[in-house]
Amino acid sequence: MTDEATELTMNKTRKVPDATRRSSDSKSGRYLGRPAWGETQPEVADSSAMKVVVCVKQIPDPADPGALDPETKTLKRDSKLILDESDSYGVEMALQLVDAAGDGEVHLVSMAPNNEVSGLRTALAMGAASATIVSDDALQGSDALGTAKVLAAAIARQEPDLILAATESSDGYTGTVPEMVAALMDLPSVTFAKSIAIDGGAAKIQRQTEAGYDEVECPLPAVVSVTAGVVEPRYPSFKGIMAAKSKPVDELTIGDLGIDADQVGWAGAGQEIVAIEDAPAREAGEIIEDDGDAHERIVAFLDELKVL
Amino acid sequence: MDFSPNPDHELIIEAVDAVCAQFDDPYWSARDENHEFPWEFYDAMAAGGWVGVAIPEQYGGGGQGITEGALVLNRVAASGAAMNGSTALHLTMFGLNPVVRFGNDRLKETFLPRAAAGDLHVAFGVTEPDAGTDTSRIITRATEDGMGGWIINGRKIWTSKALESEVCLLLARTDGEPGEFNGLTLFLVDLDPEFCDITAIPKVGRNAVASCEVAYDDLPVEAWRMVGERGRGFHHILHGLNPERILLSGMACGIGEVALRRATAYANEREVFGRLIGANQAISHPLAKAHMELNAAKTMMMRAAWLYDNGHDCAEYANTAKYLAAEASFFAADQAMQTHGGLGYATEYHVERYWREARLQRLAPVSQEMTLNFIAQKIMGMPRSY
Ligand SMILES: Cc1cc2nc3c(=O)[nH]c(=O)nc-3n(C[C@H](O)[C@H](O)[C@H](O)COP(=O)(O)OP(=O)(O)OC[C@H]3O[C@@H](n4cnc5c(N)ncnc54)[C@H](O)[C@@H]3O)c2cc1C
Ligand SMILES: Cc1cc2nc3c(=O)[nH]c(=O)nc-3n(C[C@H](O)[C@H](O)[C@H](O)COP(=O)(O)OP(=O)(O)OC[C@H]3O[C@@H](n4cnc5c(N)ncnc54)[C@H](O)[C@@H]3O)c2cc1C
Repeated sequence: MTDEATELTMNKTRKVPDATRRSSDSKSGRYLGRPAWGETQPEVADSSAMKVVVCVKQIPDPADPGALDPETKTLKRDSKLILDESDSYGVEMALQLVDAAGDGEVHLVSMAPNNEVSGLRTALAMGAASATIVSDDALQGSDALGTAKVLAAAIARQEPDLILAATESSDGYTGTVPEMVAALMDLPSVTFAKSIAIDGGAAKIQRQTEAGYDEVECPLPAVVSVTAGVVEPRYPSFKGIMAAKSKPVDELTIGDLGIDADQVGWAGAGQEIVAIEDAPAREAGEIIEDDGDAHERIVAFLDELKVL
Repeated sequence: MDFSPNPDHELIIEAVDAVCAQFDDPYWSARDENHEFPWEFYDAMAAGGWVGVAIPEQYGGGGQGITEGALVLNRVAASGAAMNGSTALHLTMFGLNPVVRFGNDRLKETFLPRAAAGDLHVAFGVTEPDAGTDTSRIITRATEDGMGGWIINGRKIWTSKALESEVCLLLARTDGEPGEFNGLTLFLVDLDPEFCDITAIPKVGRNAVASCEVAYDDLPVEAWRMVGERGRGFHHILHGLNPERILLSGMACGIGEVALRRATAYANEREVFGRLIGANQAISHPLAKAHMELNAAKTMMMRAAWLYDNGHDCAEYANTAKYLAAEASFFAADQAMQTHGGLGYATEYHVERYWREARLQRLAPVSQEMTLNFIAQKIMGMPRSY
């Protein structure tokens, strides 16, 4: 996997417009020695313009109960896909960051079957400027790493200052893709962001923790995953919707990204779904009626569970 | 005719649904119960450009037609907002139509951009105590002030949203006698509290948006506030009335749709005599009938809207759509109440609110009888009966 990932990144090296990117050797040994994201000298065209790429997953509408395909044992994705709500926070945050920078743009990257763009249009209507959609028959059966390879290659073409994703998607929720993308692109990765502020070539990030939040700083470009609910995603306005219809969406195949079919899809998946079964029905709980001693019985019950 | 799905309409529907989803049934019950205008909802719709969706682009609006306006209001009503939500918006959509069509440049430039942004509230003052169905009986007077302007005196009733509105599109008599349609003139007047006394009329439902009695006492109006030609006001407002009927059809259908959604859900969960009530045809058939009737009304609405937006005469279809929608909507709401049994009468289940609001369309803005009169006489050639 590592070798493939390395090769992929090397194939797709691009200029990075930001000189402050981290060097590869400060990362884990596995990636040591590999050229970082670009060999060429950075072009600093306009230092204030901020380009943010947001990974947006398009998923089957959670309001329609999803069906599993008994053949492939995966979720059927043939109906219309929508913008994963988890990603609407990343889109909103990206729009706010570009606004704060005063100049720049938000680009969306998505991998989905059949050049599906319904969910992308929603994010474009919110205000993103353009999008890339990667679709390819060979992507069927991709696991999280396969997805990350595709996203990393598509993101690299954009030469962004910052890459945002959600901490986890609403349907797959492995919560691994953003970190894999960071590893593949050899970029720093910060997870669970609740706020991001850009200060020159660095990002100041508050990371949500169970107790509160950590403040971390990291050089750009970086991959940051954003926690759901931390900003209020704007609703697409009528004019936003109409404008979105003519915003550019680049349709790519894995060939366009220089990725071989055997690295992705079923062929490249490091995981296999052996069987699918219904989750066991929940057992009926015990109803405690209060005859004056209910509190004692509840305490005894919790004691038995060893949760007290 | 082309019935293929319109992707723009689907996007509009999806986006409006998303905004409306923030305002649930309890929000609307509370506004209704407390007689409070739904400002949060209005502001959210205005921010999205939905209030100005049908105002021409050159004034900052969405440049869409009555078709899109009707779809927006349909979704608003169908979200459970019913008339409380949709009539908070609809006056801006159709009320200013005579200004768009016949207004002078100063009127358009002064008011349309603000209406498009949603920051101008407009009321529509036609009905009077003695001039409802028969508009020719209007006696509210505009007299010349000798300096090129006008002074208005009189009393209007049922002016919806007068309390929140800054301006009112007012039909007043400048010439002729009560009983004549000529001689009525349209003005866009300021509802200046110094000269206008506004009192809400207690009513059955749609209580988030008050309808008011407005007494005009020597209200001064500058000359440029006249809309269109002197004495032609009635003909000018006809341009607002057909679109209003189309928008109303959308709103009425929306109420029917949300009532049916609740009724169907309840029919699928309530067990009586050991079986789901929906398994009884006495419950399911009327709901199926309501569904079909709403569909028919909505199709007629789309046809009327298409005719209007494409510059054709739409009077027959706008009236037909409004008639069918008013009947279908009330039938659906009534049947939803029946499906809920006693709980249908409880405020908690919301169908009583839909029922109260669906009833309105059979009376206003034009009564069902007058719609039938129009079709019988103007379309079918029978004697005039009014
Ligand atoms: C058996 C199987 C079959 C599959 N078949 C297909 C297929 O036919 N076509 C296909 O396109 N994918 C396919 N996938 C990929 C799958 O839909 C997910 O994209 C992938 O597994 C990521 O997992 P996740 O949702 O748990 O990501 P998480 O790590 O939970 O996602 C975190 C964040 O990463 C970003 N992200 C994740 N996935 C995407 C994406 N696809 N596009 C943009 N951003 C993303 C989002 O911001 C997301 O919120 C398949 C996966 C499996 C396991
Ligand atoms: C909640 C609400 C909001 C309103 N908002 C506004 C507003 O914003 N602006 C505005 O100007 N007006 C408004 N109206 C007024 C509405 O347009 C009138 O109520 C409507 O036009 C009917 O007029 P009327 O009440 O005077 O009835 P009337 O004219 O008194 O009629 C009484 C009844 O007799 C019937 N009838 C009369 N003549 C005939 C005939 N020849 N054949 C058959 N039947 C006949 C009518 O159909 C009706 O059923 C509103 C009304 C309500 C209830």
